[in-house]
Amino acid sequence: MREFKYVITDPEGIHARPAGDLVKEAKKYECKITLTKDEKSGDCKKIFGLMGLAVKNGNEVTMTFDGADEDAACEAVEAFMKANL
Amino acid sequence: MQIFEGKSVFGGIAIGKIHVYKKDEKQVKRRKIEDEEAEVSRYQSARDEAMSQLQELYDKALREIGEANAAIFEVHQMMLEDDDYNESVENIIRTEHVNAEYAVAATGDNFAGMFAAMDDDYMRGRAADVKDISERVIGILNGASEAAVAADEPVIIVADDLAPSETVQMDKSKVLSFVTVHGSLNSHTAILARTMSIPALVGTNLTPDSDVDGKYAVVDGAAGKLYVEPDEETMKELQQKQREFLEQKELLETLKGKENVTLDGQKMLLYANIGNSKDLATVIQNDAGGIGLFRSEFIYLERDHFPTEEEQFQIYKQVAQTLAGKRVIIRTLDIGADKQCDYFEMEKEENPAMGCRAIRICLTRPEIFKTQLRALFRASAFGKIAIMYPMITSVEEVRRIKEIVAEVKAELDAQGTPYGEVEQGIMIETPAAVMISDLLAEEVDFFSIGTNDLTQYTLAIDRQNTKLDEFYDPHHPAVLRMIRMVVENAHKKGIWAGICGELGADMELTQEFLKMGVDELSVSPGRILPLRKIIRETNVAELK
Repeated sequence: MREFKYVITDPEGIHARPAGDLVKEAKKYECKITLTKDEKSGDCKKIFGLMGLAVKNGNEVTMTFDGADEDAACEAVEAFMKANL
Repeated sequence: MQIFEGKSVFGGIAIGKIHVYKKDEKQVKRRKIEDEEAEVSRYQSARDEAMSQLQELYDKALREIGEANAAIFEVHQMMLEDDDYNESVENIIRTEHVNAEYAVAATGDNFAGMFAAMDDDYMRGRAADVKDISERVIGILNGASEAAVAADEPVIIVADDLAPSETVQMDKSKVLSFVTVHGSLNSHTAILARTMSIPALVGTNLTPDSDVDGKYAVVDGAAGKLYVEPDEETMKELQQKQREFLEQKELLETLKGKENVTLDGQKMLLYANIGNSKDLATVIQNDAGGIGLFRSEFIYLERDHFPTEEEQFQIYKQVAQTLAGKRVIIRTLDIGADKQCDYFEMEKEENPAMGCRAIRICLTRPEIFKTQLRALFRASAFGKIAIMYPMITSVEEVRRIKEIVAEVKAELDAQGTPYGEVEQGIMIETPAAVMISDLLAEEVDFFSIGTNDLTQYTLAIDRQNTKLDEFYDPHHPAVLRMIRMVVENAHKKGIWAGICGELGADMELTQEFLKMGVDELSVSPGRILPLRKIIRETNVAELK
């Protein structure tokens, strides 16, 4: 399992469009990808679950990756989040 | 005559009958079914159909209103593909033995309820998106045709509210205007109406018992008013306004999508000047080939503190994405002279027009400059960004800029932050830059001639001083010769040269510029189509 923490810098937080883009990115990988904010978690391959967490600017989230291609997924998602969120 | 008021979304005048648009109240009945698997597959094919409808809407929106505004339909597709949503629908069908329509409606209500309960205005607004996709699927299951305006003649649509998909799929030839009771200026529908150039009002004070259906009315988009059964005098006034607006629009329709090419095949780029990201819709409406001058100083002037890298990045990224691959030339901050900003704490100067301004601030205070450059380079990963430096007078300045740019790139590389290919050019707005334009052309990717300052510096005439008007000749041969010289020097070194000052929009000079071989004119968005008209009617070979 891999994980990293990230603080959201997008002023609008993870709203619809970036949530959609994150889902698109996550779906490229086989492994299970989870976003956790406070005590709540959401599956990064499901847009409703992700939007339901209402992640805002300044929130710290923990991303976990579990599965065969977790290393590649972790790197790609981290780069994606730095660039977009 | 009744007058209603709303918030103006887009100007223009619409005259016609009102059609009150009511959503098909899709009364979903709960039915017991025998064959659950058949019902699940009925749902799946309806969903697939909805997916392809959304793809068509996305393509249509992409062509008509640009990538950023079309993205909502991509998000709708993802919502329909969401595993939780689909599992919920299929579970309800299987466990409750009910019809697909009911299962979709129940699921839609649950998910919309989840958004409606969130303590965040933006997320609460997304409940409407969930309803929109669920209604689409139910409509397909019911075999209903898509929401259409059943009218023989074009009408003014009056509605409580409109979903983005409803706005996009209406037959535009039947819609004169949108007037809604709800909806904000930033709702998707308002943005769509604006980019489609349809006069529209939101937040209008109509009530359910304002009996307006089928009545003759006028929408004055700019004034934010709806006149129902206007009197003769009001009508006359509004008709005159409409004529003026239509002349402009006609020009727009015939020239949109056409190339800027002369009769003998010489091309010119027509870009837009903008001073604020709020102007983006007009850039797209007027069919600009790109942005030739994005005056980044508004970001500084609007604030009482230095804008952070992140604040700037978001703005540049939005512009790059909205222009979807078209060139966006962003001018680095041009503060000083007549544009002052208190928190820069500049010393008072005897002669600010020739003082510490623009690139001179950037080179003496590189920390301000670097913040802007970092934001620009980061945004270049999202579109075709070019950077333009103002007030250049020497090759040395350009080299110093390049050193700072190299530092910024090295920092981004070290952090693994992505950025794209960024063209770098300079403004030619001092006589010095004109005289050494052959040397400068070796250092940069393009020139953009800022004729306002160039004229003032060349003629030694302060443009703010109206007493000097009799001496001021905007077509002074000295300025025109300078432009010719800059273009020739640019072409010798294989780079392009444009004009972004007011002279660029001067239609008396357009043919002169074509003769000189100017590659690009950057003008305010409303001037693009009139210039395109002149270019397309010109034969350059005959002029020579």
